[in-house]
Amino acid sequence: MLLHSLHISKGAFEAGTGWTLKPEGACKGPVCIPLSRPPSSQSPGDTIDVVQVASDMGMPLVASEEHRLWALGPAVVGTRALVSAEAPDLGLPDVDGNLFNLASLRGQKVLLYAWAPY
Amino acid sequence: MWRSLRDELHPKGFELVTVGLDTLGDAGCRAFIEAAQPTHPSLIDRHHVLAELFGVINIPSSVWIDEKGMIVRPAEVAPAPPQPASGPRMSMPPDAPQRMIDMMTEAAKIRRDTEGYHAALRDWVAHGADSRFALSPDEVIERSRPRDADKALGHAHFQLATQLEMDGHHAAAVQHFREAHRLVPDSWTFRRQAWSLEKAGPEALARFWQGPDPNAPEAWPYDGDWLSDFRRIGADKYNDPWRP
Repeated sequence: MLLHSLHISKGAFEAGTGWTLKPEGACKGPVCIPLSRPPSSQSPGDTIDVVQVASDMGMPLVASEEHRLWALGPAVVGTRALVSAEAPDLGLPDVDGNLFNLASLRGQKVLLYAWAPY
Repeated sequence: MWRSLRDELHPKGFELVTVGLDTLGDAGCRAFIEAAQPTHPSLIDRHHVLAELFGVINIPSSVWIDEKGMIVRPAEVAPAPPQPASGPRMSMPPDAPQRMIDMMTEAAKIRRDTEGYHAALRDWVAHGADSRFALSPDEVIERSRPRDADKALGHAHFQLATQLEMDGHHAAAVQHFREAHRLVPDSWTFRRQAWSLEKAGPEALARFWQGPDPNAPEAWPYDGDWLSDFRRIGADKYNDPWRP
């Protein structure tokens, strides 16, 4: 996920990475990664220290300091891109900028088709 | 092409969701989407989150997701639906630049198992979890792209590059695209996206040129380009063969 600050809300971190921060660690599907400083509460407004959590989770953090921009990359669990066969939450805009969530299609078989105009 | 397939299968509980992987967003994708007149959701992925989330490394690719939200086939090459033999064939106008002719010649060597893939798709729509083409969760994970710390870092560099590009910092974006290419050498989409953002070749072909300007080759900021990389890697290795 892209960041303009290294201190963001728990809710923003969870929405951006797909990992849920619990007392037992950062969890996604069946996997939990221990955190050195687990969240003190379950409030989505609590601030988290991205550098600390990224370090605990082995997530790469790349900076463009000149532009006050960071990218937090995926955690690596096992040896594959997928940690779980559960489809992640996917929310992307359509061509007019309206946000669409993949979860809205639950109940149908979905073929997600990646293409490009180049 | 996909629209008629989608319209045929939609009453059987199937939906197509197309995702345009393009940092230029709607500016890059709109013309293509409107030409397709879709009846399905058509989304825009400027940061290539599909690479990070699903392991997409080339286009066109597909991921199959069942009614419960479980992935039953991870990202793989998705050939266009079979066309009738009398359908129009793509060809280059006679005055096309040599590079474009060369690229089309190479691209024609790419092998795809159109019949196998589309028979499997119809089988899954008809039989769901009973289809042998719907894979178990363990198989889905096992067949997804390999990932390690270097690749994860490469994905972060790529995302940063896309945002820098969107913010108008092209030179900074190029540096991070280069790192992404170095760390994730199997991603064609990481390379093609970066190459497509360089201005070289005639304007109408610029997105597809993906290589040095013949009048200023030293200005090309990447180590590879579409034609060189394709010839080096070879048509046989361009895609993984489709596996039922």
